Amino acid sequence: MPQYMLLVYQEDVDEAEQAERERTLPLFVELHRSLKEAGLLVSVQRLHSPQSATSVRVRDGDTEITDGPFAVTKEILAGYYIVECADLDEALKQAARVPAAVFGTVEVRPMMPAAEWLARAQAAGADVPDEAVEDMA
Amino acid sequence: MSGVHPADPVEGAIAETFRDERAIVLATLIRQSGDFQVAEDAVQEAFESALTVWRRDGIPDSPGAWITTAARRRAIDRLRRDRSVADRAERLADLMRLDARHEEVPSMDDESSLVDDRLRLIFTCCHPALAMPARVALTLRTLGGLTTGEIARGFLVAEPTMGKRIVRAKRKIAEAHIPYRVPPDEELPDRLRGVMRVVYLIFNEGYSATGGDRLVREELCDEAIRLGELLCRLMPDDSEVWGLSALMLLHDARRSARVDPDGRYTALGDQDRSLWDQDRIGEGLARLDRSVRLRRPGEYQLQAAITALQIQSPDAERTDWTQIAELYGALGRLTPSPVIELNRSVAVGMADGPAAGLALLEPLLADPALERYQPLYAAHAELLSRAGDPAGAARAYERAIALTENAVERSELARRLAAVATE
Repeated sequence: MPQYMLLVYQEDVDEAEQAERERTLPLFVELHRSLKEAGLLVSVQRLHSPQSATSVRVRDGDTEITDGPFAVTKEILAGYYIVECADLDEALKQAARVPAAVFGTVEVRPMMPAAEWLARAQAAGADVPDEAVEDMA
Repeated sequence: MSGVHPADPVEGAIAETFRDERAIVLATLIRQSGDFQVAEDAVQEAFESALTVWRRDGIPDSPGAWITTAARRRAIDRLRRDRSVADRAERLADLMRLDARHEEVPSMDDESSLVDDRLRLIFTCCHPALAMPARVALTLRTLGGLTTGEIARGFLVAEPTMGKRIVRAKRKIAEAHIPYRVPPDEELPDRLRGVMRVVYLIFNEGYSATGGDRLVREELCDEAIRLGELLCRLMPDDSEVWGLSALMLLHDARRSARVDPDGRYTALGDQDRSLWDQDRIGEGLARLDRSVRLRRPGEYQLQAAITALQIQSPDAERTDWTQIAELYGALGRLTPSPVIELNRSVAVGMADGPAAGLALLEPLLADPALERYQPLYAAHAELLSRAGDPAGAARAYERAIALTENAVERSELARRLAAVATE
């Protein structure tokens, strides 16, 4: 079954409003239980705020480290799910169940299976043996 | 292909098969191969090879079956080479099993599965996860069989841009696993509305003609009407698909009367009715009747009913404006919009006099959504002129003229401005 990453974006809010959001935890717990029971949940994580993020890039052999997230936007990446669904319709349905969808946005991204990744690389001329697929994802 | 006489029977047979069978063959092959691009390339190649083979061996008894078999074999070849297609092994096995059963051709006793495949194709092309311009382009390309160049000209976009849009849409369908199926009952009404929006948008793009190649634009109207008829055949129990089909036919019947021989826009009341296509009107009215008999009024049915009343009245004075105003009221309750409210105020202005129309129209002048909406000022001018305020009417016409980009409309508005200025 295809896997999808549900990326939860939401605006950074003041303490009072954040406290209100924290109190929605039972809704999340309920959703996660139900996703597990349905065998759809591969993993779920909440992320710390982007203030604690560090971005790394290597240019001309030098590693540049920057404080902060890759893109500074009003909406921040707050967490993610990996779910296994029959198709996009199913994944969209699950995304709409994430309680944060009410105040934020859930982006649904299909994940590329390792075999497809490998096939693309090989088609482009990469020298990788078929067995490498085990270590890819 | 060069130098071929246009009346060549082989080319004629290919053109006919392309028009009648391409979408059917493609819809089934997409399901069987599990990949849009593979299926589309295979069908394209099958049609290309038909030219050589049919000229050599004669036109086959069942051209559709010939194309189906040829396309399937090409899909098998492609799947053997392309390892990135999901579930490739199973797809290949299925296709090869079908290919081995030589007698297996899409016969008419298999009608219901053909219907299902075309519905799957429509719902996939119009999937809400695709951007609206991509839905439109993909629908025209796969179901309508328009070339990328034709679609690009119809929507005034550069051909490479349109090509990229279509390729990106097909890639998203594959990568995100947009399902190839008719939505389940609980989603069907919403999704069907989405499909109808795409079809009506195609029609309006062709009909409103804000510029561009006129022949291509007529092709867009014809294509939308064909898609509307297809929806009626595929989903005959839905009142709105009949309503939409009726609405498009009733508009399109007056296409050649909308512009006079000098290229000027002609208002409904001034149109030469002998130019109206009576067959189309008859077909449109029959479809409206069918829609009404299903007893579920919807936005397309109501719009078609309004258009039918206008067409069936001998002139503007003898039009049942009271009923038209009521229909606009019902339409506005169903899908509230300032444009519908504008049309209602025009109808009320005809039914109960310009003062009543102005009372409804005036609040719309403050609506920011209509700030640059030319028909609002044209209607305002018309009502003011009839209410005996030529100076106010002239100001409103000037505003309307400043907002119109269509040369035909502009010259008509200028003519009316000149008329009130001499009062």
